[in-house]
This record gives sequence, C-alpha cells and structure tokens, in this order.
Amino acid sequence: MSEKKAILRTEGIGKYFYTPVKFKVLDGISFEAYKGEFLTLVGKSGSGKSTLLYCLSTMDSDYEGKLYINEEQVTGKKADELAALRNNSIGFIFQFHYLLPEFSCLKNIMLPALKKQAYSYEEIETRAYEKLKLLGIEDQALKPASKLSGGQQQRVSIARALINDPDIIMCDEPTGNLDSKNTQIVFDTFKKITSELGQTIIAVTHDLDFAKASDRTIELADGKILTHNKTFQ
Amino acid sequence: MKVKNVNIDIALTHIFTRKKQTIVAALGVMLGIAVYLFMNSLSAGFTRYSTNEIFKNSAHIKLYKEDAISEPLIPSADTGQLNVIVNPQILQESKKLINPQALIQQLKQYPFITHAIAQVNVDVFYNNGKSQLTGTANGVDITAADAMFNITSYMLAGNLHDLQDNVNAIVIGKGIAEKLNLGLEDNITITSSQGVNKLLKIKGIFSTGNTFTDQSKSYVNIHTAQQFAKENTTYVTTIYANTNNSDRAIQYAKKIQPSMRYKVEAWQITNADVLSGNKVRSTLMGAISLSILIVAAFGIYNILNMTVMQKLNDIAILKATGFSKKDVITIFVTEAVIMGLLGSVAGLLMGAILIAIMANIYMGPPAGYFPIYFNATIFAYSFLLGALVTFCAGYIPALKAARIDPVEIFRK
Ligand SMILES: Nc1ncnc2c1ncn2[C@@H]1O[C@H](COP(=O)(O)OP(=O)(O)OP(=O)(O)O)[C@@H](O)[C@H]1O
Ligand SMILES: [Mg+2]
Repeated sequence: MSEKKAILRTEGIGKYFYTPVKFKVLDGISFEAYKGEFLTLVGKSGSGKSTLLYCLSTMDSDYEGKLYINEEQVTGKKADELAALRNNSIGFIFQFHYLLPEFSCLKNIMLPALKKQAYSYEEIETRAYEKLKLLGIEDQALKPASKLSGGQQQRVSIARALINDPDIIMCDEPTGNLDSKNTQIVFDTFKKITSELGQTIIAVTHDLDFAKASDRTIELADGKILTHNKTFQ
Repeated sequence: MKVKNVNIDIALTHIFTRKKQTIVAALGVMLGIAVYLFMNSLSAGFTRYSTNEIFKNSAHIKLYKEDAISEPLIPSADTGQLNVIVNPQILQESKKLINPQALIQQLKQYPFITHAIAQVNVDVFYNNGKSQLTGTANGVDITAADAMFNITSYMLAGNLHDLQDNVNAIVIGKGIAEKLNLGLEDNITITSSQGVNKLLKIKGIFSTGNTFTDQSKSYVNIHTAQQFAKENTTYVTTIYANTNNSDRAIQYAKKIQPSMRYKVEAWQITNADVLSGNKVRSTLMGAISLSILIVAAFGIYNILNMTVMQKLNDIAILKATGFSKKDVITIFVTEAVIMGLLGSVAGLLMGAILIAIMANIYMGPPAGYFPIYFNATIFAYSFLLGALVTFCAGYIPALKAARIDPVEIFRK
C-alpha cells in the first residue's frame, strides 16, 4: 500500500447548483487516484459524475473542498495557472470527440503540444505520428478531422489527450458513442496506457462491463460516494 | 502549413477556411479606408488651395501700426477739479512705421523669418475717361514682393519686373483692366486719397482668381506709392514677413511681438473667417469619413462574432487543453488584424487611384486642376486608423470568446 503514489487527491469536494433551485450536486467527495491506475466513475444518470469530473479537470473551480494534483494544491490557483496545468498534466477525452474540423488529424493531435512548446515543431510531428501508430490510425493522419468515422475520431482525440504525456487522462463516457469493436480498442488502449506507460485514467462510464474490467470503480449516488469496489493492487 | 506560433497558426487556418467571409470583411474595410483617405485628401487639398489663395495677398506675418483709441476718461490732476469724459474714438495718427529698414533687419535676426519686405499701401481711384474704380495701390520692391507672394505665377500679360526702378509703371488686376477697358501699354490715371494725380503706364495684368482683389489691387513702385501718400522715401505702412512654417505663424508672431512697438499679426488672425470655414469643412468631412470607416469595422465585428458563435466547441476544447484567455484573444484579434490589414492595403491603393483620377481633372481657371493631392501624412493616418479600428472591432468578439466557459459547452 505504501508504495502507491497518489497522483490526484480530493478532500471533501462539494458543489451547489443554484438554478432552478439551490441543491447540493456533490457532497463530501474524498478519494485518491494512483499513478498507473485505471479508475472508473459510475452512477445513475444525474448522480453528478460529469460535474465531479469537471471539478477534477480544473475547468470548474467553483466548488468547496480541496483538490491536489501531484501533491500540489490546485484549488485557488489562477485561471492562467490552471490552463498551464491542464496543458501539462491533464488529457481529455469526451463522448463527443470535439476535434477542430478545419485541421488535419495530425494537427489536431499536435495543438496541445504546440501550445506547450516543449519540443520543436518537427519533434512534435514525430511524436504525434507515434501516438497515431499506438492507436492504429496513422494512415488517417493527413485527412481533415471531419472526414473520419466516429471510432476513428475518438482514437484521434485519445491521441490528442496523450500528446503531452499527461499524468492523468480524464474521460467522460469515452465509449458512449462507439460500437463494441471500437469500445474494445479504446479499452485495450487504456489498459496499455496505464500499465505500460504508468499514466492514470479517470473515466466516467455507463458501461458496466467496461467498469468491471477497470482497476477500480467508484460509484456515485446523489453526489456522494456510494461504494469503492475492488482495490487497486 | 507550418507557423511558429500556434495561435497565429489557428487564426490563419480560420482565415483560409473561410475565404469568403474574410474577403467580405476586407472589402468593407477597403471601402472605408478608401473613402476616408479620399475625403481627407480632398479636404486637405481644399485647405491648401484656400491657404494658397490667402498667401497670394498676405504674408505669414504682418507688421503695422494699429489704430489707437483715445482714452475715454481723463482724470483730473487735483481733487476738486473736474474729470473729463469723452467718446472714445480712433486717433487720427499717421500709419507710418518709423525706421522700417531697422525693423526689417530686426525681423531678419529671427532664424524662422525667411523673407521680410516693406510695403506702402495707399487707397486710390483708377480712372479712364469717365469711368472710375476704387482700390489699393501696393507700393513694393517688386523683386522682393515676387519672391514672397509669387506674383509672377498669376500674371496674365506683361512683365512684372518692369516695375523695378520705374516710377511711372503699374501692374493692375484683370478686373480693373476689363472694367476700364484698358490693355498693356495703355495709360491709366490714378488719384490717391491724398489728392495726388499721376498718369501711369500699364506694364502688366494679373489674375489672382479672387474677383474682389482683381478689381481693386495694383502694384506700383514703392516710391510712386510714397508720392501718392505725399510722404518721403522712408515712409512705410506695412512690413510683411514670411516664415519657414506658415502653420506656426501665430507662435512666431507671439515671439516677435514683445520686441516691437507695432502690431505683429499672423495670417491666421487676419484670415480667421476663411480658416474657420476650412475647419468646419475638415471636421465635417472627417466625421463623415470616420463614420464610414466605423461602419466598415462593424463588418469585421459581425463576421468575427459569427465565427466565435460557430466555434464554441473549438474554443472550449482549446481552453480545456490548456490554451489561456490570452491565447484565445490572440487568435481572434489576429484574424481581425489580418482582415483589417488586407482591407487597409487595398483601401489605400483604391484611395490612391481615386486621388490620381481626381487630381487629373481640369476645372478651368482660376482653380486649375482639382485641388486634391497625395499627402503621406494622410496615408499614414488612414492606415493607422484602419489598424486601430479593426483591432477594436476584433477585440470585442475575442474577449467574448476568451470568456467562454468550456464546462458550459461540454454539458450541452
Ligand atoms: N449547469 C447546471 N445547472 C443546474 N443544474 C445542473 C447543471 N448541470 C448539471 N446539473 C444537474 O446536476 C446533476 C448532476 O449532473 P451531471 O451532469 O453531473 O450528472 P451525470 O452523473 O454526469 O449524469 P449522466 O450520466 O446523465 O451524464 C443533475 O441533476 C443535473 O440536472
Ligand atoms: Mg454526464
């Protein structure tokens, strides 16, 4: 237990919505996500999974409680610092793939790295190709993003999430729009990322098989943590 | 495409994938800038034309003896005696400037004075048979006066320099020649207000384009004018001086005034009516052209606003992946500036073509060619204004884009 490194930790996160009436959508959420862990969040529709993920992602900073990433307190940082933190340490994968339609697949993947500017343009291009290869779609590299199938687009957005080698990859129903074959590809990729590359995945899902096969599952109900099943070894 | 800065890269991609909208926005700016440039060049042309008209008759700075007004109250020397109250009135003093040569030398000491000449102005009647006209004869050293007012450039006939050293010669305005039915080498009888009569030979006819001036003004040798005034050869009524910069004449006059006992007046004061007319016209044209430019900027604003609305998802994802507010602003402002630059350059070209066409339209005398001309300052000013206006037009939608909350977009 002691050698497990918490990459993300929350302390009593709570959040209110005020419209149409005031209600507590998240209540006392405390958990840890470890390095190399494949963590899934499940729960009924409306239980607050997406809301929690947005708080964890640093995009939503209007909550109570505290969030730590890499043992550094994130809560209370300025918008620009949070943007830089997302750029460096967090990758995103959404149900709707949200690629920039005017750009090629390759360019879509490169954008977060071009923003980070840790490598030269050529190096970034090479690295983007590597990620495409990892996901088996290097032949689509130069196509405009809008011309790909749904499964291919989702793989491009996974590659984009990986480009800056973030510590954590957050996904909101990454397989929600995919058929079983594409779901399997995404799942295998996630397994590979966590076990081989040591990155952490926090994925919201409705797919119970998907959740069962992950390292650990947290179940939310009415904004509270209901169960922690399975422990991450 | 490989661009160093990722924000500019994104902006360029937006621009290239929406060529039509870019062109529409740029066309708007082009028209705005072209009209702005054209109207302001026109206005500057008119102003220059009317200023030139002024300088045909008056110099940058005029030195003369101001009419003195008598004191309305003469207080008594002792108490108990009566104070004297009189109506204030102009004192009948001579308009003579004392020691004019010294005054001219003194003026020429100032580094900004380029020319200074003495002049004797006398009110006269021009007679031919029974016809008679009133006017002013200007007694000058014609070589110096020509250097200052460029009289040669509006001579219609004869030779101005025949006045030099010839006390029996006169150069008259076109209106006088027509009304009195006189031509070159004809004789004209002049009677001064002091009652001196002289028969002079017409050696030249000029036309300033100003009917009043042409019907009243004549040039004679300075000694002739002194004889008309029944004065000796040191008599001078006015000293005219030109400076290196007519726009600064007021400041120059202020600088000179303390060392002079006579009135030093800048041309802007003498011609305040014409100048205020110019000012009204420039302001009006400036306001109209500026509004057109602002309307053009609204085109950019609209198109960028639309782009932002259509690209909510893209903006959300950019922000989610670590692009800051500043980055988003840079992206959209860059788009506006590119549209603005394209439009501004095209607008300057179009404006230049319009100016070139107008400048070649001949309007006939006295104006000659249409008074519009290329003025680098107005070009630079139009360009800067175009850049500024498009920057502002882009900044507002850019700020809106930067304020988008990605969470709100992803929830939909
Ligand atoms: N902007 C908002 N304003 C008010 N209430 C909101 C807002 N967004 C979400 N909610 C409410 O908060 C609760 C949690 O929403 P959330 O999207 O986190 O649920 P979820 O667990 O992700 O559901 P699903 O599985 O359907 O995606 C819901 O009851 C929802 O109606
Ligand atoms: Mg959800």
